[in-house]
Amino acid sequence: MPRVDLTPEAADVLRGLRADHGELMFHQSGGCCDGSAPMCYPLGEFRTGGSDVHLGDLSVDEFVVPVWMSAAQFEYWSHTHLTIDVVPGRGSGFSLEAPLGVRFLVRSRLLTDEEL
Amino acid sequence: MAKYAAPGQPDSVVTFRDRYDHFIGGEYVPPAKGQYFANPTPVTGEDFTEIARGTAEDVERALDAAHGAARAWGRTSVADRANVLNKIADRIEANLEKLAVAETWENGKAVRETLAADLPLAVDHFRYFAGAIRAQEGGISQIDEDLIAYHFHEPLGVVGQIIPWNFPILMAVWKLAPALAAGNAVVLKPAEQTPASIHVLMELIADLLPPGVVNIVNGFGVEAGKPLASSRRVAKVAFTGETTTGRLIMQYASENIIPVTLELGGKSPNVFFADVAAQRDAFYDKALEGFTMFALNQGEVCTCPSRALVQDDIYDSFMADAVERTKAIKQGHPLDTETMIGAQASNDQLEKILSYIDIGKQEGARVLTGGDRADLGGELSGGYYVNPTIFEGDNKMRVFQEEIFGPVVSVARFSDYDDALKTANDTLYGLGAGVWSRDGSVAYRAGRDIQAGRVWVNNYHAYPAHAAFGGYKQSGIGRENHRMMLDHYQQTKNLLVSYSQNALGFF
Repeated sequence: MPRVDLTPEAADVLRGLRADHGELMFHQSGGCCDGSAPMCYPLGEFRTGGSDVHLGDLSVDEFVVPVWMSAAQFEYWSHTHLTIDVVPGRGSGFSLEAPLGVRFLVRSRLLTDEEL
Repeated sequence: MAKYAAPGQPDSVVTFRDRYDHFIGGEYVPPAKGQYFANPTPVTGEDFTEIARGTAEDVERALDAAHGAARAWGRTSVADRANVLNKIADRIEANLEKLAVAETWENGKAVRETLAADLPLAVDHFRYFAGAIRAQEGGISQIDEDLIAYHFHEPLGVVGQIIPWNFPILMAVWKLAPALAAGNAVVLKPAEQTPASIHVLMELIADLLPPGVVNIVNGFGVEAGKPLASSRRVAKVAFTGETTTGRLIMQYASENIIPVTLELGGKSPNVFFADVAAQRDAFYDKALEGFTMFALNQGEVCTCPSRALVQDDIYDSFMADAVERTKAIKQGHPLDTETMIGAQASNDQLEKILSYIDIGKQEGARVLTGGDRADLGGELSGGYYVNPTIFEGDNKMRVFQEEIFGPVVSVARFSDYDDALKTANDTLYGLGAGVWSRDGSVAYRAGRDIQAGRVWVNNYHAYPAHAAFGGYKQSGIGRENHRMMLDHYQQTKNLLVSYSQNALGFF
């Protein structure tokens, strides 16, 4: 059951980032300031482990971008479907897209009974 | 009522430069790659200056300057360092309006708050650590008749500090004051959303500090923050931000075996026991104001009381009063001293808040007031404003569990003490909390039972330098404020000295 998706605009940004940085990954952040937002890194830059959940893979053309979240956070998010979008902005943490003047953003909807 | 002239107008109390470079080794230095990025004001959405786009080369240059200065600075007497901190405090105080307007213009927060809180707290913070470092003592332990352990505090050396955008000056000062007091040299990266106001401060105080003791490298997290956080040349990294970047910084630190302090946000419960409404008196009024504190700084505070828990017995009447109090919040031009809530700090922050309001509605949370973007008209139409929003719902909903970082509070009921504590602690975070009760014993117990580093009892959002601030659970590691903060910027040197003339007799 797919839990994650992305908008065509976000896919375009990922194509550019892929060309500049190679393989990519997302980790959904919690908490302060630039948080509660998906962070995009070169694949492997952020080390996931036993306390993370692999939510799914985003397919963009021939490449895939895995999406992760901490397991503790997933307990509160598990009933929602996430679509990664992009908006003009600046907030970043160490996320790769910030210098482009855009920011990835999660849009959520409730999973339907069939999806759950 | 007064309204400050916007920067750029002839009668403004502050004039931003057209461009800010890096501050390295006591002077302004252009970025190695020659690139700059625009800095918009969230008040109108218009760009007002441009900022050097730092990269690893600039970070290295700043680290060179810091390492060049650290040894001499670390050997100055505590009296000398305290004097410098006190002079910095005096300089900020003498330029308080200028700095307040600069910070408001850059961040979007109401000037009422920068004038009354951000800057006075920054002044006090420098003075507090000027006093704390002079009062600090090492230790002497007599292990036995002839063996003495001396414990000295030594600076770490060169430290890296990554600053958030919600209090661009105060959060920098929280990190700078103890680091400098303890004798460290600093490389600091401001948030890319709010890099300019710290430079307005730096220009005012640069002559008070030896070159290289404080260095500021601007830029984006991935381009300037990462080289700083992952550098083998820093002895410690201090970061305020969110959980994923916090983990990443710990991962970098693990490669270099250096300590980190992390402040990573919260979802703070504000608990109102029934007896707050026993009378309609000054205390009841204070409690309603305490509820409304979720709108302070547009909700862009790590300790925003973003979950309110209200006891069943008083729920309906208390919430009716709380909604009325919230509706009375004056939203307007951030430079107007009557304005209580200003602009969100950036467009993406606005979009994130709206996306959370959307999922809150989808999950069935009821909007008691607000729930949408505010268009304040005229030049402010391009700014990022949100109506203060109260959701009513269940603690399992995402708007109760995730930090929205906007003027949004999610309210739930509780039946009794145990129910209140169960809900209050049902969160990943543990940074702040509020407890409101006329019964000192209930307030004390609740304050101790809530798993959070700072529990305000019958008050909220006070940040005195003399009170430790920091998180339990996923809200971070370490503390800020308070004398104990010095420990996060110091090594312990133990000299173990034998005064005996005789061999042990082992060999």
